[in-house]
Amino acid sequence: MTSINKPPVRHPSDRRNAIGLTKADYEGGMSTLCAGCGHDSVTAALVQAFWELDLPPHRAAKMSGIGCSSKTTGYFMRQSHGFNAVHGRMPSVTTGANAANGELTYIGISGDGDSLNIGLGQMVHAIRRNVNMLYVIENNGVYGLTKGQFSAAADLGSTSRKGEVNEQAPIDPVLLALTLGATFVARSFSGDKAQLVPILKAGLSHRGFALIDVISPCVSFNDHEGSTKSYAYVRGHEVETVATDFVPLRREITMPESHEAVTTVQMHDGSRVRLHATAPGYDPTDRETAYRHARACLDRGEVATGILFIDKAGRDLHDMNRTVDTPLAHLPFDALCPGKAALDALMARYR
Amino acid sequence: MGPTNVTDPRYYHKVVDCQWACPAHTNVPQYLRLIGQGRYADSYLLNRESNVFPGILGRTCDRPCEPACRRGRIDETPVAICRMKRVAADLRGDVTDRLPTAPAEKNGKRVALIGAGPSSLTVANDLLPLGYDVTIYEKHHHPGGLMRFSIPSFRLPARVIDEECGYIIGMGAQMKYGTPVTSMRALLDEGYDAVFVGSGAPKGKELAIPGRHDAPTIHVGLDWLANVHFGHIEAIEPRVLIIGVGNTAMDCCRTAKRLGATDVKVVARRGRAQFKASPWELEDAEEEGVAILENHAPTRFIVDNGVLTGMEFEQLHWSTDTSGRQHSTVVSTTAIPCDAVILAIGQDNALPWLERDLGIAFDAQGMPIVDRATHQSTRAGVFFGGDAAWGPLNIIWAVAHGHQAAISIHLHCSGHDVSHRPAPGMTLTSAKLGMQSWSYSNDYNPSPRARMQHEELVRRFTDVSVEVELGFTPEQAAREVQRCLNCDIQTVFTDRLCIECDACVDICPTSCLTISPVRGSEDELRSHLSAPALNMDQALFASGPLPQTQRLMVKDEDVCLHCGLCAERCPTAAWDMQRFDLQFAYAGAAPGSAPLNAPEGR
Repeated sequence: MTSINKPPVRHPSDRRNAIGLTKADYEGGMSTLCAGCGHDSVTAALVQAFWELDLPPHRAAKMSGIGCSSKTTGYFMRQSHGFNAVHGRMPSVTTGANAANGELTYIGISGDGDSLNIGLGQMVHAIRRNVNMLYVIENNGVYGLTKGQFSAAADLGSTSRKGEVNEQAPIDPVLLALTLGATFVARSFSGDKAQLVPILKAGLSHRGFALIDVISPCVSFNDHEGSTKSYAYVRGHEVETVATDFVPLRREITMPESHEAVTTVQMHDGSRVRLHATAPGYDPTDRETAYRHARACLDRGEVATGILFIDKAGRDLHDMNRTVDTPLAHLPFDALCPGKAALDALMARYR
Repeated sequence: MGPTNVTDPRYYHKVVDCQWACPAHTNVPQYLRLIGQGRYADSYLLNRESNVFPGILGRTCDRPCEPACRRGRIDETPVAICRMKRVAADLRGDVTDRLPTAPAEKNGKRVALIGAGPSSLTVANDLLPLGYDVTIYEKHHHPGGLMRFSIPSFRLPARVIDEECGYIIGMGAQMKYGTPVTSMRALLDEGYDAVFVGSGAPKGKELAIPGRHDAPTIHVGLDWLANVHFGHIEAIEPRVLIIGVGNTAMDCCRTAKRLGATDVKVVARRGRAQFKASPWELEDAEEEGVAILENHAPTRFIVDNGVLTGMEFEQLHWSTDTSGRQHSTVVSTTAIPCDAVILAIGQDNALPWLERDLGIAFDAQGMPIVDRATHQSTRAGVFFGGDAAWGPLNIIWAVAHGHQAAISIHLHCSGHDVSHRPAPGMTLTSAKLGMQSWSYSNDYNPSPRARMQHEELVRRFTDVSVEVELGFTPEQAAREVQRCLNCDIQTVFTDRLCIECDACVDICPTSCLTISPVRGSEDELRSHLSAPALNMDQALFASGPLPQTQRLMVKDEDVCLHCGLCAERCPTAAWDMQRFDLQFAYAGAAPGSAPLNAPEGR
């Protein structure tokens, strides 16, 4: 909570993007999350990414479920579409929305509880279907809204604020997504916007399901010693595996000479993502190495960050179902509802 | 750039732009808040501590605070600081029982002050409560100096001068009215412990061009205004030219309109951008139908048989050379018909009564050599201040000089080195009342600057003493207070508490904050900010290394709104909003242990 709304004054250097919007135009209501919550930093990074991508707010849909994380869709892009679903059901609702209108940019915001506990069954199928959406897990390892019980993302041996030890193995969303055939898998940290913003931009430009697991510390219930999701722990154990440069279509950036291996991936919208792997032999387009690396890091208690895996060849929901490109709302009535004769003909095929 | 030393009061003082720009360092935000709470008397007395004449300055100050005001960088118009001072003065009620008093028992030191203008009266104001025996020599029969004789009463009513001078004189100053000092030697022979020269710059500058003394209707502005004040002049011819475009010129042209002139033109050598008059004075004059001509240099008076009929000017074109200096070329010559001319091209100090063999040294320009910090001349125990020291400034500077001279006189009379000046101190008090609750109104009010109500034009010209500005209403004042950004409520950072969650950086509406991985010179830090540094005059705050990453918290003070959102979103209270109170040193404070330079800004 804050006592006042953000004053409507901006720095005199504040610029407009290509569609004439300032960063403030991508902001939303004032956050009611705890002061210092990582989620607010993710919100700020999203605002920055949307502004830089010239995303028209009225062509986006903000999707969320239940939890602290799911409140954050209220804090950005106040002019967008949105749906606040039942706990854990955001992936399914988004799948339906995307099936009906594939032209919108879908931004799903979830948490570790919403995605890995109650909503796990929903999320895995959205991954399988490769629903074209940005899927951000604001991962703090606890149920913050109910005062800090361990979530399914809590690491073995990590402790609660009161000192209780977690004895159940975690569900790692990165490993899970890799095994399910996800086409874009990344991990980042709310406290590192220089890394997070280009990853968000790449995820938004990816055609298909873009999973970004963002370690986003809970200052109230999981920022203590013994936590593996605290600001201090992540800073001490982060291993940036793949550094990301996002190069938009309209702008060419000349990169300094480097001897590192650079993988350039052309995105669906013409922009490019340049990936610099820091680990020797790491190939972010190879699912096997990505899985092995992420698994090894988890075992060592390290937090591997960056775009860990990307496959732009994957087909999305509409490709697989061979559905129409035009949003259903824009189809002429006789195409959308071709009448009894068409239904009878369809039924005849199954007799 | 190492950690910013915020224990030096100058750092936070500079953040309070108005207070930093004010020569007397008036605590503007605090007095505005007191007005907002309806505590007019408290606000008046807070003003009085530093500027001594709130009622007078609330009408006439040159307001160096307003161009400096941070609000002016946010929405182009600064807070109406000056006229708010007048609100406090107008609505204060009776404050006489809360004014400083002189002790019954004197300290045995005798001090003579020459001139009863703002600088001398400030010296008296500071020394009388310390038990000094203060004698003020004044050639006129009333106190106030140029405040009374050269500022017309439609801008500054006599009762305001009487009241505020009276507060000081009432403490027991011995007034020697109608007693011009004719010999400094004789005065020094009377054995005063210290003498302060605050005799102002009462001599209007002459214009030595042909015809100057050939007609009786050519006046020197300061003398003419004084003659109007004393009632010696009650009318002026219909067509009047004012030469010069400072504030005295503005007073002359507006007074001429009130004495019957119908066609008044102010003629300036330079273009409008170089005018010395305050913009609001120019506005008021133009509203009253005064024409202002730019780029005209006077060459001669046209006098026909002892009667002034006009004045000849060269029309100039100004150009700027590569070194930035301006040069004029004459375009043409033009004559402007007129019946009277008033010269308002500047003023000088006049010290013909000060013998040159008393050990008081003068420079080549005939100005006394006066130390900028101590105000002491080359003769110990003789001090200068106000316009008499370094030429014409304005009232608020005279007050500032008076305070510094009083410090020196007190050090001198108590046997201390006058250069060992008392250092300013500060207090910082947390403004936090509870969760997201502050002892000041932190919300941003987008209201535009309050507009001053003026007397109707026809009423103004009925009498020279009809006050033009009517002052703000309490409602207007309360709204204007909300425009103040409370720059004295400082953002105070404790680096060891920071967990680098970015919450403050994310919430800051004006992108003032950066957690910088770069550590280097101030220039390097400035090139790595969240938003580019546009105003190099504004300070940069840099913390010590932050605990987790050794990065630095950096704040560009330029457009901070002091909204407190950084502190509200900080989970560890590493940011706090704290009220900064500058403890400015006045006479009587303990002397410093080492020489202190002149305060900033002079």
